[in-house]
Parts: sequence; C-alpha cells; structure tokens
Amino acid sequence: MDPVPWARAQMAFTLAVHIVLVPLGVSWAAMTLIANYRAIKNNDADAMRLAQRWSKVMAVTFAVGAVTGTVLTFEFGLLWPQFMSQWGDAFGIPFAIEGLFFFTEAIFIAIYLYGWKRLRPWPHFWSGVPIAVAGIGGSFAVVAANSWMNQPAGFTLDAAGKIVDVDPLGVIFNQATPYETTHMIVAAYLVGGFMVASVYAFAMLRGRTERYYRLGFIIPFTVAAIATPVQMVVGDFAARSVFHDQPVKFAAMELVDQNATDVPETLGGYLGSDGEVHLGVPIPGLASLLSGFSTSTEIDGLDSVPASDRPTVSQVNTVHLAWDVMVGLATALLALVIWFAFVWWRKRALPRSKWFLRFGAISGIAAVIALEAGWVVTEVGRQPWIVYDYMRVEDGATTNSGVWITFLGVVVLYAAVVVTLIIVLRGMAQRWRAAELAGDEDIDPHDTPYGPRSHRERETERV
Amino acid sequence: MTLADVIAVILLAGVILYAIFGGADFGAGFWDLTAGGAARGAKPRLVIEESIGPVWEANHVWLIFCLVVIWTCFSEAFASITLTLFVPLSLAAAGIVLRGSGFAFRKVVVRTRYRRLFGGAFALSSIIVPFCLGAVAGGIASGRVPAGGTTGDLWDSWLNPTSLVGGVLAIAVCAYLSAVFLVSDAHRLSDQGLVEYFRRRAIAAAIGAGVIATSGIFLLRNDNRFLIDRLLGRALPVVLLSMVLGVVGLVLLVRGAATWARFLAIGAVGSIVAAWGVAQYPYILAETLKIETAAAPDATLWTVLIVFLVAVVVLVPSLGLLYVLDQRSLLDVE
Repeated sequence: MDPVPWARAQMAFTLAVHIVLVPLGVSWAAMTLIANYRAIKNNDADAMRLAQRWSKVMAVTFAVGAVTGTVLTFEFGLLWPQFMSQWGDAFGIPFAIEGLFFFTEAIFIAIYLYGWKRLRPWPHFWSGVPIAVAGIGGSFAVVAANSWMNQPAGFTLDAAGKIVDVDPLGVIFNQATPYETTHMIVAAYLVGGFMVASVYAFAMLRGRTERYYRLGFIIPFTVAAIATPVQMVVGDFAARSVFHDQPVKFAAMELVDQNATDVPETLGGYLGSDGEVHLGVPIPGLASLLSGFSTSTEIDGLDSVPASDRPTVSQVNTVHLAWDVMVGLATALLALVIWFAFVWWRKRALPRSKWFLRFGAISGIAAVIALEAGWVVTEVGRQPWIVYDYMRVEDGATTNSGVWITFLGVVVLYAAVVVTLIIVLRGMAQRWRAAELAGDEDIDPHDTPYGPRSHRERETERV
Repeated sequence: MTLADVIAVILLAGVILYAIFGGADFGAGFWDLTAGGAARGAKPRLVIEESIGPVWEANHVWLIFCLVVIWTCFSEAFASITLTLFVPLSLAAAGIVLRGSGFAFRKVVVRTRYRRLFGGAFALSSIIVPFCLGAVAGGIASGRVPAGGTTGDLWDSWLNPTSLVGGVLAIAVCAYLSAVFLVSDAHRLSDQGLVEYFRRRAIAAAIGAGVIATSGIFLLRNDNRFLIDRLLGRALPVVLLSMVLGVVGLVLLVRGAATWARFLAIGAVGSIVAAWGVAQYPYILAETLKIETAAAPDATLWTVLIVFLVAVVVLVPSLGLLYVLDQRSLLDVE
C-alpha cells in the first residue's frame, strides 16, 4: 500500500494526541507554582492542597506527554526519512536546543514532584521554577522547527539540492519563528488554564463550592484570562504575517480563489470545485482590512500558484473550517473572560450565574478544539509542501509499505492509553474526594507537606 | 581528529549514558516482571518503584539526545537506519509508550487488579524495548544498514545472529546493572532480606551478561567478521577492561560490597559499549557509511557541540542534584 497517506495520517494522529498534553506540560507547572507560592506565603491550606494534587496529576500527564513526544521523535525517521536525510542538517538544530530544555524539565519535575515531603518549603518551590522556564524554552525550540518548515531559511544548497552550509541562527530565527512560537506559548497557557479551570467549574456545578474548589477554578482561569486577550493580539499579528509570508495558506484560510481586493471575511461556507464560495456569511472587505488595514488591500488567490503547488480544494475547505473554528472559539472564550473580569472588577467575586460555570466547564474542551484547529490551519495550509517551496510531502516520506500496520497499531495503543489516562485521573479525584468526605485528609501524615522528618530518614542519617 | 569525530564521540557518550542509566531502568522492569505474585513481589516492587520513580524520565532523555544528534549531524545515517530498521524501531517506540504510561499509571492506582495490569505493561515492555534497541545496534554493527538513505533488508537487518546476540545481551546487561543498583537501594532502606534478594540476582545477571558477551564473540565470528576482528584487534584493550571490571565487580558482589560493585558495573557496561564504538570507527554505519561522509556542514556540527557544552554546564549539576537528593532519600514516592 502507498505509505504516504498512512504516514500523514499517523503523524497527524500522534501529533493531535500529543498536543493536548503539551499545554499541561508547559503551563501547569506555573499554575501549580502560583498555588504553591500562595500556600507558603499566606499559610493557605487550600492552596497547598491544590498545589500538591496538581503536581501528582502532572506527574502522570507529564509521563504520558514524554512518551508520546518520544514517539514523534521516532516518527521523524520512521515516517519521514527522506525529509530528515535532506534537511536534518538544518531542521535538527532547534531540536538539539529543545533537548536541552526537555532534559532540564525532566530533572526538575522529578525533584519538585518527589520533593514535597522532605525538602524545605522555599527550596522546594524554587525547584519547580526551572520546569516552567524550560517549558517555555522547549516550546520555543520545537515550534521554531515547525516555523522553519513554513519559512525555510539559514542554509545554502548546492546544484544537487544538498545542504552545503548552514546558518544556525538563520534556521532558529526564521521568518515565521517570532509569531508561531509566541502564538503557541501563549496558547499553552490559555489552553492549560481553561483545561484545569473547567474541572473545578464542573465540580462547582455539582455543588462543591467550598473555597478549595473556587480557588482551584480562579487560579487557572485567571491565567487563561490573561492569556486570552494577549492571544487575540498575537493571533492577529500571526495571521497578517501569514498573509505576507505564506500567501497560499492565507488564501486557503480566507477562501480566496483569485487575486482580489476588497476581500470579505467569510464565516462558514466552502469553496466549490468551480472556484466559487458557497454558503457562508461574508463580512464585506474585512479580510482585506485586517490584512492590510485597508479594504483595497490585494490578497493573492489560490490561483496565484499552479494547482500542483497549492492545497487541494478539500484541503482548502479543511483549512478554512479550522480557521473559523479557532477564531470563533477564541472569541467565545474572550467573551467568557470579559464576563469574569467585569464581575471580578465590580464585586471581587466569581459571577454567580450557573451559566458562567456551565461555560466555564466546557471552556477546556473549547480551548483544546481551538488549539487543534490552529494546528490544522498551519499544517494542512502548508500542503503539498513538507518544506515550504522546497520539498513535497510525498518526497519526504518513507518507502516502507507497512506504515498502515503501524498506523493501526498506534491508534489502538493511543486509544488505550488515553482512555486509561482519563479513568486513572478520575480515579485519583474520586479517591481524594472520598478521603475528604471521610475527613481523614488533613490528619493523614502521608500527605503533610514539608512535615516532620520521617522515621526512616532519621535512621538513614544515623547510618 | 576532525570535528565530525568529536561529534561521533559525543554521540557514543550519549549511547553509553543511555545504556547505563536507561538500561538500569529497563532492568528494573525485568526484575519487576520476575518478582512473582502480588504478595510475594510486593516488597521488591516497592524498592523498584522508589528507585526508578524520580529518575526514569530524565534518564530516558538520553535516547532523545542520541536520536537528535544522529538526525542533525549524520542525517543520511539516520534515514538509512529508520528505513531499514523500521520494524524494531516501531516496536521500540510502542514499547516506550507502554512502559512509561504503565509505570506512571501503576503508581497512582490502588486496586491490585489494575496494578497488575499496568505493572505487566511496564515490565513486559521493559524487556521488549532493550531487545529491539540491542537488535538495532546489531544491525548497524553488522553492516546490514546501507548508506545513502536507502532501505536494506527489512527482516534480516534485525533478525540476524548479531542482532539476536545484541538484543539478548541488552536485556542481560540491563538486568545486571539494575540488580546492582537495587542492592544499594535496598541497602539504603536497611532491608537486609532485600539486599540479599537483589545481590543474588545481580550475581546471576553478571554471570549471564558475561557469558553472553564472551560467547557472542565466538558465535559471531562467521556472521560479523568486520566487528569481531576489530573487537579482538583495535578495541581489545577496551574489551579486556570491560571484562576485568566485570569480574572484579562480580567478586565484590559475592563479597557483599555493593557500593563499589555499582561503579564497576557502570564501568563494565560503559566500556563494552565504548568497545563497539572503537571497533566501528571510522564508520557511523559499519562497513557502509563513514562518519566523515555522513557529517553535516561544520556550522551544524559546531552548533550541536556548543549546545552539548552548554548542556554539560547546565545539566551535570542538575542531574547531580537529582541523583544526590534521590540517593539521600530526600525524594519520596507518595
């Protein structure tokens, strides 16, 4: 069987699963540290309990994130060996840097997670700070590599197309790096914040409105609330940059078939094979206005490049739909954030409406969908290129015909892991809840942070 | 020594570190698997969990490090390896997922049934992964991976005598390292019974690994002349060093000096991997592709070298901190 479609499916699937764990890996440590800081500073038992529990859950999600990330590392070779063979000299550089950050993250996450009981409070808190820093650095490096696929730079080719010289800084800081990396790092905080907050919104809907749950909602939701408006500005900037750097991708996002001015922003709708936009609600001139600050801005159409150099019609429609979904959900989340901010400003309290909590409870899922949609725009919008304007996806793929088997295997394996992850996390929550109802949580010496040194350790010291 | 050689040495160092630290974690899975029923195996499993819990993710990064160095600095070799050794690498990737998630899940569930299920996934994959990676090494070392980013024989490249010896040796070496480490860990917990438990296993694994490694040299004379000639030629001092360290380590184990045995085990395993590297030099893929030919442009190699040096400055103290805290029992499971 032709391995190319299977390789694409497998890469898309494994990335789509991994990317859900990424926001947790990048931003949850920061949120945990906020709770931890408040706990130590104000002697806040609720915040302490949150920080401890979050770190326990984080241990599990980080482990699953680490192994699904490893699969992606393998897949660069297993699925895209020719791509790596030709471009590894340049493309690999950001990954070398990412490795450094990932290593730092893995080391300090271990110290932080396992240090609760026996380290002193402030040193323990500080051992968590490198996790948050490395999360940001690691995202920057990985996304810089993806940016390079969109805006390849920093290399010299010989006549045969082989890389003969590399400018490492040119690779890392390619044209797309500033906006893509910022967009993803902010997204990690936005999505991570809404994901964690939605769990507590759900708990509050079930009537658990004690301070512990409110705090568990407010800390991550505030993080998301700060990230959301920032993301709107960054996203707007990113879209305009795509307009300049990758006109074909932009044409797909906006359903522009032929070069035109006064291009409408079409909500919904699809591009027919006749090159016409069907259905959809056009807002006149808005796409032109947003891309060049004037309705007379000319936007290149899909037709500006030969059909073989641009996404197919169905890919164009996928990109446009994903683009609409991302912007639409982000706008809805912004509205939720404004609601929260307004009430907080006036009353220093959460909105009392059940509807706020209902929307809060689904905000996590909405944010994840927006994140996935954003990656669909980036990746499908680049088709048919794996390296924009340099290498086509099919030229980078493996020739091994058995990829359909590994694809099926990966789907089964990941389905099992994801379902188990959800069951295991729910089980942890239920156990904690049961312990609370039984009232033995606070007297359980095993869960006391920074507690008296245990018998075993004293014995070790004697030895 | 060219810049590409320096990078190749760094890559070899990465492989050695992964073999030692990652290997010990895999070996822990081997002992977990063979620890018997839930009641009988409870105590050894607890030590295993406490011992690798905080460190396995950091140790695992060495594998990522090796992959990144190969694909960035020797991308042609990387393409050939992943094309040819598609099957064992796919199995290894699946095993890594099962292993990491199985271990993480087991730690947070309480019911015996689930602990058994996740523990089984963790332990079984702890054997599959080193076997596959050992087989991959065997395929590379026996000249079965062609140059030029092309596909060799999909099956013979890893189901051949050298790969089979490589795979089995990897399992044995992991079990050996892990048992030696676990003796110290049991010692720290002041559990004499467990010290004895792991000491006996360490001795058995040491003998097993030694027998496989030594007989491998004779078994593979016909399959892999290139490697064996060089192991008994240029790399002979390193091979002998490994044997001496292994034997002395075994004597120490028998006499119950586990702390020192640990360092000798690290030395024995490290030097046998180093011997492979010395024997294979100047080839990155034995007999087919030279380091110099596969190397990326100098600017790329310099970048990787600089990142590596930064990593040494940042990560060595961090890793040191992690291991010291771990060894002093300041890091605690649950």
